[in-house]
Amino acid sequence: MKFVDEYRDAQVVKNLAARIAKIVTRPWTIMEICGGQTHAIVKFGLDELLPKSITLVHGPGCPVCVTPAELIDQAVELTRRPNVILCSFGDMLRVPGTGEDLLTAKARGGDVRIVYSPLDAVVLAQKNPTKEIVFFAVGFETTAPANAMAVLHAEKAGVKNFSLLVSHVLVPPAMRAILGAKDNLVEGFLAAGHVCAIMGTKQYESIAEQYKVPIVVTGFEPVDILEGILRCVIQLENHEHNVENAYSRAVKEEGNVIARTIAEQVFDEVDRNWRGLGPIPKSGWDLKEKYSHFDAPKKFELKPAAMTPVGECISGEIMRGIKKPKQCPAYGIRCTPEHPIGAPMVSSEGACAAYYRYRHLTENINQAGAA
Amino acid sequence: MNTPHLECPVPLSYRTEITVGHGGGGKLTQELIDTIFRPAFANDALESQHDGAVMPFAKKRMAFTTDSHVVSPLFFPGGDIGSLAVNGTINDLLMCGARPLWMSAGFILEEGLSLERLDKIVKSMAKTAKESGVSIVTGDTKVVERGKGDSLYVTTAGIGIIEHNHIIGPYSIKEGDVIIVNGDIGRHGMAIMASREGLEFESTIQSDCASLLKPVEALLNSGITLHCMRDLTRGGLATTLVELAQTSKCLFTLNEASIPVTDLVRGACEILGFEPMYVANEGRFACIVPEKDADKALAVLNKVAPELNPAVIGKVGPKDRGVVYLTSIIGTERVLDRLSGEQLPRIC
Repeated sequence: MKFVDEYRDAQVVKNLAARIAKIVTRPWTIMEICGGQTHAIVKFGLDELLPKSITLVHGPGCPVCVTPAELIDQAVELTRRPNVILCSFGDMLRVPGTGEDLLTAKARGGDVRIVYSPLDAVVLAQKNPTKEIVFFAVGFETTAPANAMAVLHAEKAGVKNFSLLVSHVLVPPAMRAILGAKDNLVEGFLAAGHVCAIMGTKQYESIAEQYKVPIVVTGFEPVDILEGILRCVIQLENHEHNVENAYSRAVKEEGNVIARTIAEQVFDEVDRNWRGLGPIPKSGWDLKEKYSHFDAPKKFELKPAAMTPVGECISGEIMRGIKKPKQCPAYGIRCTPEHPIGAPMVSSEGACAAYYRYRHLTENINQAGAA
Repeated sequence: MNTPHLECPVPLSYRTEITVGHGGGGKLTQELIDTIFRPAFANDALESQHDGAVMPFAKKRMAFTTDSHVVSPLFFPGGDIGSLAVNGTINDLLMCGARPLWMSAGFILEEGLSLERLDKIVKSMAKTAKESGVSIVTGDTKVVERGKGDSLYVTTAGIGIIEHNHIIGPYSIKEGDVIIVNGDIGRHGMAIMASREGLEFESTIQSDCASLLKPVEALLNSGITLHCMRDLTRGGLATTLVELAQTSKCLFTLNEASIPVTDLVRGACEILGFEPMYVANEGRFACIVPEKDADKALAVLNKVAPELNPAVIGKVGPKDRGVVYLTSIIGTERVLDRLSGEQLPRIC
C-alpha cells in the first residue's frame, strides 16, 4: 500500500538504526511529543533497535490523556440532562472522570454517540431539532480546525441546538512547561508531525533557541521516526539546536494556512488545566466571545469544573519524560485497559496503553523465563 | 512559567454493569465467561472451550452450538443478519469437524419492524441454510415493545454429526504444526463499521460473510490430518490465536508480513487506528495442521477459493506458556494479546 509500505521497509529501518548507532557517542534523552508516535515506537519495538545510550521518553501528545477529569465529569453531567445527545470521538468514551466514564454513562442510559467528524454532530443537530447536540471537542491543534468549521457551519446554517464542550490544548506551551521544570530530562524533541501540518514549524524556533534543544518535526511510521531520531542525534552530537523538518511530505513551514486561520477565527488562547501536568498558561483554545452561544458549559449552566484530587496515577511524570509506565506501581496490576485508573492506559495514543498492549505480556513472559 | 505539578483522578472501581465491551469478544467477554458462565454451567463438554460442544451420540459424535446475532445495520454490503446468523452457526459446527444438519432460529422482533424486511431476512436465512445443506427445523418468535429492541435479534442453534475419526480441537494442537488462514482478514468488521457509520472509502468493503462448508469439506476429504480449526469472528485473528495458544498451552509464532489483508481493509484500518488482526471476520478460519500436510492443506484451500489469498501465517512451537509471538513487518518481535473491550476509532 502506497505511503505505508515504503515507510515500514525492514531494510531501510535497519540502515537507519545502524547509522544512529554509528554516530552516537554519549547518552541522550529524546521525547516524542505525539501519542501516535509513541504507539508506533512501542508497537514496532523501535526503541529496541536503538543503542542503549538513547532513551526515548513519551510526551503529552495524547489528547485523551491530557483532557482533565473534571471536563469528563462535565460531559457525563451533560448526559444526565434531558434531551441531550453527547457526541464524542471514540476513544474518549473509556477515560475515567472522577466518577463515571462516558461508556458507563451510556450503559446507564445516557445518549452518547461516537462521531467521526464534528460536522456529523451538526448534521445530527439539524436532523433532531428537538434535541440538544453537544460535541466533546478535545484534541490538539490537529482537530481544532474541523471543530472550528463545525461552529462556522452551524452559525451559517442557523443551527441553534448545537454546542461544544471545548478542551483544546496546544503543543508549544506544554513543551515549554516540560523544558522549564527543574527535573527535566529531555534533551531533544520529535515534534508531532500532524500538529505541524496545521500550525507549521515557525512557532518552535523560539523554543529551540531559548532552551537550546533540537526539535525535529517527525512523522508516524517506523522509517519516519528513526529518521527523526537520527536527525535529532546528529544535532545533539554537534551541539546544535535547530528546528528541522523530517516530515516534509506532510508539513510545510507555514503549515496549512486555511485550517490555521479558521481555528484562530473561532478560538482564543486561554489558560488550561492539563490532566497530569496541571495548569499551563495560554496552553489551550476556547471559543471566542463572539461564538459563546455555542459554549455548552454556558448554555447548560454547568458548574465550573472542580480540580481533581491527587491519585495513584503518575501520568504527569510519564508525560514529562521523568518516568516510564512500568515505574508506576499501579501499572498492569490495578491499572489495565479493562480497568484503567489513569487516562494514558485508555487511549489508543496513551503511553501506558501502548506499553501494556505491546509489552506487558512479553515482559511477564521474559521475567517468568528468567526466574 | 510554573513547574507543572502532578495530579491524577481517583481510581474508578471495577465495572458493576455490562458495557458494550463485554460483547466485543476480547478480554472483557472472557472475564464474563470465566467469572459468571463457566463456573455456573461447569461440565466436560463446556470445558473443551471450542466453538461448539462435541458429545457422544449413538456410536458417533454430535456437535452442538448456539449463537445470537444483534448486528446493526440489519443489511450490510456482503450480507444481512439472516445470512450472518446461519453462516455463523454452520461455521461453528464445521470448526468442530461436523457436518451441519439442523438448525433452530429464535426471533426477537421489535414492534414496528416492517414485515417486508423480516421477510427478506428470513428468505436470506432459508437460502443460506439450503446452500450448506442445512434445514431450519424449529423456531420461536417473541415481540418486544418499541424501544426495547433494535428492530430484530436472532438466536440460532445448530446440530451436526461428526463422521470421521479426527479429533479436532485446541487440545490436538502439537509442536511443529503449521497455522494457515483461508483468506484475507478484517473484511466483515470494516464493512459493518463503514456501513453503520456511513464512512465512504474508494470502493465498498464487502463483508466476508460466508459458509465455510466447501473449504472444510475439501480439507476433510483430502486425507490430511487436521488438528484444529477455529473461525476468526469477534476479536479477529489475534484474539482467536491467543485463545488457541492458551488452551493448547503451545507457543505460536506468526509472521506479520505473511498475513493476508486487502489494501482496502488496511487503508480503512489505518484511517481509524484499527489493527486488521483484531477486526472481525465471518468467513475466515485458521486451520492448524502437521507440517507434513501444510502444503497440501494450502493447495486445497487455494483450489476452493484462490481469490481469497489463503496463506501459511505461522507455526506452533513447543508446549510452554501458551502465547503468540508476532514478528512484525520490520522484523521486531512482540507477544500478541487478546483484544481488550472493543476497538474504538481514534481522535486524530
